[in-house]
Amino acid sequence: MSVTLDIRLKRANKVYHEGETVAGVILLVCREALQHHGITLSMEGLVNLQLSSKSVGVFEAFYNSVKPIQLISSNIEVAKAGKVPAGKTEIPFEFPLNTKGNKVLYETYHGVFVNIQYTLRCDMKRSLLAKDLSRNCEFIVHSQPQKAKVVPTPVNFTITPDTLQNIRERTALPKFLIRGHLDATNCVISQPLTGEVVVENSDVPIKSIELQLVRVETCGCAEGYARDATEIQNIQIAEGDVCHSLAIPIYMVFPRLFTCPTLETTNFKVEFEVNIVIVLHDDHLITENFPLKLCRV
Amino acid sequence: MAAVQWRSRGRNYDAELQRCRPEAALVEFGDYHPLKPIMVTDTKTRRGTRKGSTSSSSSSSSSAPADPLSSMLDGTDPLSMFAAASASEAPAMSHSVSAGDLGRKKREKEEEVVGPDFEPWSSKRGEILARFTTTEKLSINLCMGSDKGKAPSPGSAVSEKVRTRLEELDDLEEGSQRELLNLSQQDYANRIEELNQSLKEAWASDQKVRALKIVIQCSKLLSDTSVIQFYPSKFVLITDILDTFGRLVYDRIWTMCSDPRPLPDSFTVDDVNDTAKETCLNWFFKIASIRELLPRLYVEAAILKCNRFLNKSGIQETLPRLTAMIRGIGDPLVAAYTRAYLCRVGMEVAPHLKDSLNRNFFDLLGTFRQISGDSVQNQLVLQRVEVPEYLTLYSPAINWILQCIAYRAPEACKMMDRCKKLGNNALLLNSVMRAFRPEFVAARATDFIGMIKDCDEAGFPKHLLFGSLGRSLACADPPESERLTILNEAWKVVTKVRNPQDYVNCAEIWVEFTCRHFTKREVNTVLADIIKHMTPDRAFEDAYPQLQSVIRKILTYFHDFSLLFSMERFLPFLDMFQKDSVRVEVCRSIMEVFIKHQVEPTRDPVILNAMLHICKTMHDSVNALTLEDEKRSLALLIIGFIRVVSFGRDFEQQLSFCVEARATFCNLEPVLVQLIHTVNQLAMETSAVMRGSHSRKTAAFVRACAAYSFITIPSLSSIFSRLSLYLLSGQVALANQCLSQADAFLKAAVSILPDVPRSISVEGKLRSSESFLLDFINNFLATLLVVPDHPEHGVLYLVRGLLNMVQDYTWEDNSDAKVRVYVSALPLLAAMSQETYLYSIPKVDSNETLYGGDPKFLSEINKLCETLIGQILDHLKALGRDEQSTRRQCALAFSLFGVLLAHGDLRNNKLSQLAVNLWNLSHKHGYCETRISVRTLEYIKHQAHLPDMTHLTDTVQRLALQSRT
Repeated sequence: MSVTLDIRLKRANKVYHEGETVAGVILLVCREALQHHGITLSMEGLVNLQLSSKSVGVFEAFYNSVKPIQLISSNIEVAKAGKVPAGKTEIPFEFPLNTKGNKVLYETYHGVFVNIQYTLRCDMKRSLLAKDLSRNCEFIVHSQPQKAKVVPTPVNFTITPDTLQNIRERTALPKFLIRGHLDATNCVISQPLTGEVVVENSDVPIKSIELQLVRVETCGCAEGYARDATEIQNIQIAEGDVCHSLAIPIYMVFPRLFTCPTLETTNFKVEFEVNIVIVLHDDHLITENFPLKLCRV
Repeated sequence: MAAVQWRSRGRNYDAELQRCRPEAALVEFGDYHPLKPIMVTDTKTRRGTRKGSTSSSSSSSSSAPADPLSSMLDGTDPLSMFAAASASEAPAMSHSVSAGDLGRKKREKEEEVVGPDFEPWSSKRGEILARFTTTEKLSINLCMGSDKGKAPSPGSAVSEKVRTRLEELDDLEEGSQRELLNLSQQDYANRIEELNQSLKEAWASDQKVRALKIVIQCSKLLSDTSVIQFYPSKFVLITDILDTFGRLVYDRIWTMCSDPRPLPDSFTVDDVNDTAKETCLNWFFKIASIRELLPRLYVEAAILKCNRFLNKSGIQETLPRLTAMIRGIGDPLVAAYTRAYLCRVGMEVAPHLKDSLNRNFFDLLGTFRQISGDSVQNQLVLQRVEVPEYLTLYSPAINWILQCIAYRAPEACKMMDRCKKLGNNALLLNSVMRAFRPEFVAARATDFIGMIKDCDEAGFPKHLLFGSLGRSLACADPPESERLTILNEAWKVVTKVRNPQDYVNCAEIWVEFTCRHFTKREVNTVLADIIKHMTPDRAFEDAYPQLQSVIRKILTYFHDFSLLFSMERFLPFLDMFQKDSVRVEVCRSIMEVFIKHQVEPTRDPVILNAMLHICKTMHDSVNALTLEDEKRSLALLIIGFIRVVSFGRDFEQQLSFCVEARATFCNLEPVLVQLIHTVNQLAMETSAVMRGSHSRKTAAFVRACAAYSFITIPSLSSIFSRLSLYLLSGQVALANQCLSQADAFLKAAVSILPDVPRSISVEGKLRSSESFLLDFINNFLATLLVVPDHPEHGVLYLVRGLLNMVQDYTWEDNSDAKVRVYVSALPLLAAMSQETYLYSIPKVDSNETLYGGDPKFLSEINKLCETLIGQILDHLKALGRDEQSTRRQCALAFSLFGVLLAHGDLRNNKLSQLAVNLWNLSHKHGYCETRISVRTLEYIKHQAHLPDMTHLTDTVQRLALQSRT
């Protein structure tokens, strides 16, 4: 006897905002009538924080993981104990996406040490002989658009051997001059990061130019706080010995789920940075770092 | 049966002819008559009715009775339509032969917006694959998750096997890297095709991620420029996969939206449902996160069309962005091809977006300086590729980009200026000349020559540039006043090319331009130059195709052969074709053109000499191994030549030409046959000129003609051509009052009769020769009527001789042929015994005059007839013995009856009795067709009404019709 339980949201992209209603159906498909002891549906929004082993030590990271922060939670009974007829049964539901008190619904974010996730969970209780059925379904919350106007704050940069820090032997460095600009460091998350980079000259041919998107997650806990930077994605924008003094576009789409508007709360922070990485043919690695501020409009 | 006494019926041929003439019945205009020509008055209405219902067609076409043949043809008949079409296409075709890849092949288009005048990629594809090949080993480096479907490479070496094992292990452990080494070009293509298949399979089995992986890995291969000569072909192969992928994604999203009803072709974003949009968006997000630049570019370009599902301006925004992103590709060749792909996709989706096309082009120009940069140069040294060869690798990409830009672009001039400013890049110039319309190039030919001259020699070879220019000029005409300068300038460069192969490639192209616009003097100069270049070290041996094409082009434009052969260098040029097969082919092509265009008979010694030389070359190529078909076609060509040779009234010269021709073409029988016909015709023309009475001189000439035929005929191997030529020549000799010659011909014919084989091969099949022989003998008999007896031989010497031969001939078993000859000899004998013969030859006394109805002569004839009838009756009797042969007996008997009726004197009781017997015999077994019997009876009754035929009434009474059972 096969039963499938599924949650179907009305919106194809599963994106909701605070104040909206999450609507959908619970879909039950079974060959013959099905006895059950009640179906419940719950909605939950959680921030999971994890301490990185680097900053607090392995054991503490394992044990001392910070308690999840609940953002929203509600529960409804969809059906009382009874019978579901054979065939396809759709049970519609609606949840208002409202917070209690002064809590804010943070935007969905999948990170390494910080996870903000919203789920719907449907449980069907059944008699002792049959296993209970349950189904999870994540939906995505976008935070409310920012009220203030976004000031793009473009930034120009020039990279030469002299501008570099953190070098072992400055003398071994070949000569190069790379200029460029980012159109904005205050970025709208739904729009790509753009800019230009120009290799004016370089003694050693260039192997590759890459854009590295980095998240910086900070978790506060009793012992202070841990700050960790990890790579989200790395996009190559130039490959091989590119033509000199020809502007190469910088273009990167912010990946969904893995980015969110820059977030700063009392317990944790999520920030983003972009590195422009230039790899020379002799495997010299030149990195220029730019903090970004993401927002949603 | 006692011997029959034969009496021939006296005939009055004139009276009979009079009686036979029907009263002329005029056919009124409106009357129906099957043979009356049908006048089609209006083809347009006809066309209309064909489209309409069939019932209406009968009413509307009633004005003229419809000719069933022409009504099929819908106005114009297909043949003449073909002719018209080929006439209009002929110049174009000649270009496509000569101008190589400029011939625009028009293939079917997909649902593109560009018009059919845009040469699609599909037609370029094959060309590129054929042109950019390599013998080097290739490798495919794929990092694929789970590709188990590969066959181990067929290498036999142990290390090879070990390697595959290890690879498989790697596959299991890491589930990734695998490199296929040592692939030949074909293997490579096969692998790529396999990948294409596995892409489709993955897609069909809903493994979208795997499909995407395959595509990414494939496009990654395009960043690998090892074995750089193969790169253009690699591009072609891999972009096929990308195209497949793009189509799959588009179709999938398309079907997602076509739930209630399919999307219209011109759908807008609003027609697309959310799920489809979300899927589409997902694809774009996924692609945007591809790490490497090249795959990201290619894959996004591949699904560019899907932007239509998301928003209206998507394509418009994406194209410039991708164009800009290509700048990040360091290798100029890889970048150029990426641009070509983007342009290709762009043209398919949005041909109106010229801006990004132009942008692409100018970016391309901007990166040209990289070619001379260290990275590229090092690479070339490493791969041992010369710069000129490397530069040609760019041509397909640049050509394509330029073609896209030039398509329906008015601003070509502006482009030109820009190109000019960009420092006269030869490679670019070459592509411009190839991609832009020939008319455009031709109009600015002088400019181009200037630019070509300014180019630096080091990079792109100049002869290639002139080659491209020549190609354009072969299709379109430059301004009249500039033509000579152009030719001079171009040829100045061409003639300086050292390498014979390069030289001839270029010269070949320019020959067309020269032929098109200049006279024989210039062409002659060009030919002289080519000879000069190609003779040292026998360079021509490697250039036969080009040299052949030169000849072809000259022949396309020069149809006046006296002009052509008066070109001093033409024949020396032909001498360069020293390989037999090629030489014959060239001769053949010249002959074909000659036969087609030389309509007027000619006696021009220049033409004759040259053509004899050419024909002799063809003839001399025939040997024991030559195929029958080949021989036949060669013979046809030579015959075509012989037929246009005419010396007018100078018959003697014509004869001596034939003598010469016979000596020259002795190996081709059909030619000899034609020569005999020509000589016979010559004799008859002479006779016509002399109005039938020869002078001493012409008589001698005519005899010479006869002698010519007489000695030529025996050299033929086909017995039937010999026979018929003997007969024909005999007739001609008779007509020219050469009695002894005619006698000799006919005697010769009779004497070779026993040699006729019982079966001959007709079109490769063995057939019985009987029917051919019978035909010939009947024909021969008819001629014998007018041949006078030889004074030294007995009466009817030839007839007897023929009949003796017939008797001795070994006929097929169970054949009536011999007897049928006898039956048909009877009418001849009957005709010979008339006072005046049915026909005679002017100025030749036939037997009628020689014997003057001498009773002895007549009785001789009658005796002969009686012998024949005796033989026939014996045969009939023999046939009667066998059940199976009664049908043949009946037919024979009836035909003898017919002969008796027509030619025998039935007043003679015995003959009349014989006739009745024969009638009965033929009806005895009921095989006779009643209708024929009835008609025969009617005829006899009708005859019986005539004044001197009343005796037939009795006979009719005795002829009983067999009642039907």
